[in-house]
Amino acid sequence: MKPAPFDYYAPATVDEAVQLLRDAGDEAKVIAGGQSLVPMLNLRLARFEVLVDIGRIDELRRVEQIGEEVVVGATARQCDIEVDGTVAKSVPLLAAATPLIGHFQIRSRGTVGGSIAHADPAAEYPAVALALDAKLDVAAPSRQRTIDANEFFAGTWMTALEDDEILTAVRFPVWPSGSGFAVEEVARRYGDFAIAGAVVGVHVEDGRVARAAVALFGMGSTPLRAAEAEAALVDSAVDQIDAAAIGTAAVVSTEPPDDLHASSGLRQHIGRTVVTRAVTRALQEAQNR
Amino acid sequence: MNETVVSMTVNGDQRTGNVEPRKILADFLREDCGLTGTHLGCEHGVCGACTIMLDGRATRSCLVFAVQADGSDVTTVEGLAAGDELNPVQEAFRAEHGLQCGFCTPGFVVSATAFLDRNPDPTDDELREGLSGNLCRCTGYQGILRAVRAAAEATKARTA
Repeated sequence: MKPAPFDYYAPATVDEAVQLLRDAGDEAKVIAGGQSLVPMLNLRLARFEVLVDIGRIDELRRVEQIGEEVVVGATARQCDIEVDGTVAKSVPLLAAATPLIGHFQIRSRGTVGGSIAHADPAAEYPAVALALDAKLDVAAPSRQRTIDANEFFAGTWMTALEDDEILTAVRFPVWPSGSGFAVEEVARRYGDFAIAGAVVGVHVEDGRVARAAVALFGMGSTPLRAAEAEAALVDSAVDQIDAAAIGTAAVVSTEPPDDLHASSGLRQHIGRTVVTRAVTRALQEAQNR
Repeated sequence: MNETVVSMTVNGDQRTGNVEPRKILADFLREDCGLTGTHLGCEHGVCGACTIMLDGRATRSCLVFAVQADGSDVTTVEGLAAGDELNPVQEAFRAEHGLQCGFCTPGFVVSATAFLDRNPDPTDDELREGLSGNLCRCTGYQGILRAVRAAAEATKARTA
């Protein structure tokens, strides 16, 4: 099992990288940590004539808080996010989701931008970005734009990125104090992709939910926002919330995939359960902060 | 064939070679450096047999191209012992029957060494999770768990 031949470039700047992509058209692929791409290349599920390695572009690895956002460079590594003080304090949901990604040997190389741009529907980071309304900064030759997370994920392994575009940074809004977050998932074994999972954020003011974000992963071809569940949470008094009912509201309109890992019905059941657990924990955390 | 020169430090020695970009780091270590302790099982990042230390972090060497590791510092299973003195994990694998056929052993030893470096006193759950990225097809997990637990105790006793 060896990949098909390709040309390899390791540019030092984003400008160079996007120019290389433009020149090669759809025969080129960006590689960051490579923890999803290299297995596909090794198995020859994918082949490209050109790989553009953005792992040596220093400016893409920064993590910093700027005002009410935490800016995470696309190639910030998961192992660094796991222990980053700014992330832990200001985007606790991103920190909490990280240890659930693969194994620690995978997180040594895996990146934030790589996971999001790869857009596996069962991955944790895309759901975190979606739930938190992250902004995705994208660069192409002589052009830049920002894509809202809710417009980024187009299908399994498909995104709104054009062939000559690179995801350069993910900007996560910082929620105010009085917020709580939780991620819950069910996987067959440690490190496996989740059969289904949920991320939840709530902001509680004067005993009522002022803002809620619920996102599911593994439940469709993209991560999903659970609008019914969010609507049921917002304006509710915390001590009146029936978390199990929120769980049911989150999955009623989903049509999860049916495969050898789990039937569609089992995924809905798990989806309901993980939302229930995550809502319960997030509400508890919000009241303790 | 479009070959490029790569150069990296492997177990303290500078190693240089001409490689195709598609050559994975594990094959560079095995074929170009002659370090066949790094084993290749699944070659898609699942089994952990090829685990090495890349710039101080346990990494799947089947999921890194040699060209990506240019300029890096690599430690393989061959680099863990100090001369004839095995490292605590290696010693414990021998003492506790932590291996059967031995194929997965280099990956387990490197992973366990990296894991204990960061978490020297793990709970049983943490230990199981820490070893979950490596597969033993002989299913000799109990001996492996016992070995890594023993290595943790031995290291604790030595530094106490």
